[in-house]
Amino acid sequence: MSVLVWIDHRQGNVQPASWETLGKARSLADRVVAVVMGQGADAVAESAIHYGADAVILYDDAVYADFRFEPYTAAMKDAVANETPNLVLFPATTRGRDFSAYFACNADLGLAPDAQDVRFEDGKVVAERPVYSGNMIATVEIHTTPAVVSLRPRTAPMPEADTSRTGEIVKKGALLSEDEIPTKVVGFEETATGEISLTDARIIVSGGRGVKGPEGFEPLRELAKVLGAAIGASRAAVDAGWISYDHQVGQTGKTVRPDLYIACGISGAIQHQAGMRESKIIVAINKDPEAPIFQIANYGIVDDLFKIVPALTEEAKKRLGK
Amino acid sequence: MKYIVCLKQAPDTAELPKITPEQALAGNEGATLVVNPWDEYAIEEGIRLKERFGGETVALSVGPDKVDEALKSALAMGCDRAVRLWDEAFVDSDYWATALILAKGIEKDGGADVVLTGKMSVDGNAGAVAHGIACKLGVSLLTQVAKIVDIADGKITVERLLDEGRETVTAPLPAVVSVVKEINEPRYPTFIRIRKASRAKIPVLSAADLGISPDQVGKAAARVTWRDLVKPEPKKREVVIIEGETPEEKAQKLLDYLMNVEKVI
Repeated sequence: MSVLVWIDHRQGNVQPASWETLGKARSLADRVVAVVMGQGADAVAESAIHYGADAVILYDDAVYADFRFEPYTAAMKDAVANETPNLVLFPATTRGRDFSAYFACNADLGLAPDAQDVRFEDGKVVAERPVYSGNMIATVEIHTTPAVVSLRPRTAPMPEADTSRTGEIVKKGALLSEDEIPTKVVGFEETATGEISLTDARIIVSGGRGVKGPEGFEPLRELAKVLGAAIGASRAAVDAGWISYDHQVGQTGKTVRPDLYIACGISGAIQHQAGMRESKIIVAINKDPEAPIFQIANYGIVDDLFKIVPALTEEAKKRLGK
Repeated sequence: MKYIVCLKQAPDTAELPKITPEQALAGNEGATLVVNPWDEYAIEEGIRLKERFGGETVALSVGPDKVDEALKSALAMGCDRAVRLWDEAFVDSDYWATALILAKGIEKDGGADVVLTGKMSVDGNAGAVAHGIACKLGVSLLTQVAKIVDIADGKITVERLLDEGRETVTAPLPAVVSVVKEINEPRYPTFIRIRKASRAKIPVLSAADLGISPDQVGKAAARVTWRDLVKPEPKKREVVIIEGETPEEKAQKLLDYLMNVEKVI
């Protein structure tokens, strides 16, 4: 079996889910080839070898500087024609989901988007994917070769990078000239200022109605800083305007699966649970002992979050030497 | 200018948790059906484009009779017309077949300068149909769109929301634009508009009307099939309630568990 894996990066900053996806491919196939597009992306290609790729096809040219459907799809079709893989895997990052869908339709291939698992069964690709906003899991069979699957972040373990690994890096240039690409990127304004992304986070500190206001997230941010965690929120907190929508966890927000989810003042409506119940360890801090969140938590503290969270921050600071 | 909004009828999100796999597979979810919430942003943007640049906004959907209700909601919000695409042959169509049906519907209606969709549906969760429509129509695709900056000189300029920041992109018209929640605040329909929409007769186009042969859609054309559908098995958890005299004591005990037993910090 052979698997192609697309590595998602922007100007060399690789989305960590790319390496998880590469690790997943490694567990499925005897040949794993990474596909990298970019301008001056040699370092990304080398990292792909370190994380487990046997070889890399590197499309390196100014036309690949920003992600655009037209040049990226042309390159991926070229890679598929060269490698004839059984499966093309993408990390289900924002770009990965977009690219996999456009590429699959363009190449008339079957797609399983945002899968939480993928495997070969009698040569056929079978994927499991959450549907109904996390309320059901569908097992889907893909009838084309290759099949196209995007893999949800944090569903496969992060492989260890081995800098002693070696592999062939095949460098290719532009397949479409700039004149042939109708879409033009004319501006970019950075917004992500060092914040840890929810979907990649190992630890999430999340707040709900119980934080009582925008300033109520401050103690949560302090704790998150000490733990190296991302900040999440329930829909109630987002709808109240206390925190922006990109922090929302749940059915109509993001689905997360960190090692540790600390729910502060979150009652735990079923819609919230749909977005976080796959977390490894769940801690609930809530004044109301009847809150449904305690039914899915591993650890619970029935108390005022404004007393417990600062105490946790102080204690964690001591223990982590911060 | 002409704008076509592709929308889907979906279960009310509040009722998603109670839908059973059997109901979902039978296509009869026993839930209140509404306009897919993500598509409301596309409808709103379609109406705003008409208000900004003039023209006509048309709502388009694939589905049986009951889907008229969703299209009427779009009319009540301010769309000028609605068209429904339906044929028994469309049952069990996958994303690409659905995209083909919509693309043919758009062409049959005389095309559009801008085709708008939501980010994904709350039931299928694929977020792939916009991509399919752009492929089938052979036009530009702009996704994660948080702002339509301008439409001028046959070009559309938008701001896309990436994980790393906001990207400004231009593309020639026609274009398929998939919008995110940040783009607008969908309006509530007025009583008068709701009454007017409730009386609307929505034309229905069949596979033959659209020039689609049965082997291009439905189960026969599916590149992907759903083999099984289950409720996720909830992880068995037994909650340990941490007791203590003071917040400090509780914090210490919790960190002992998290650092020494679970090793997640």
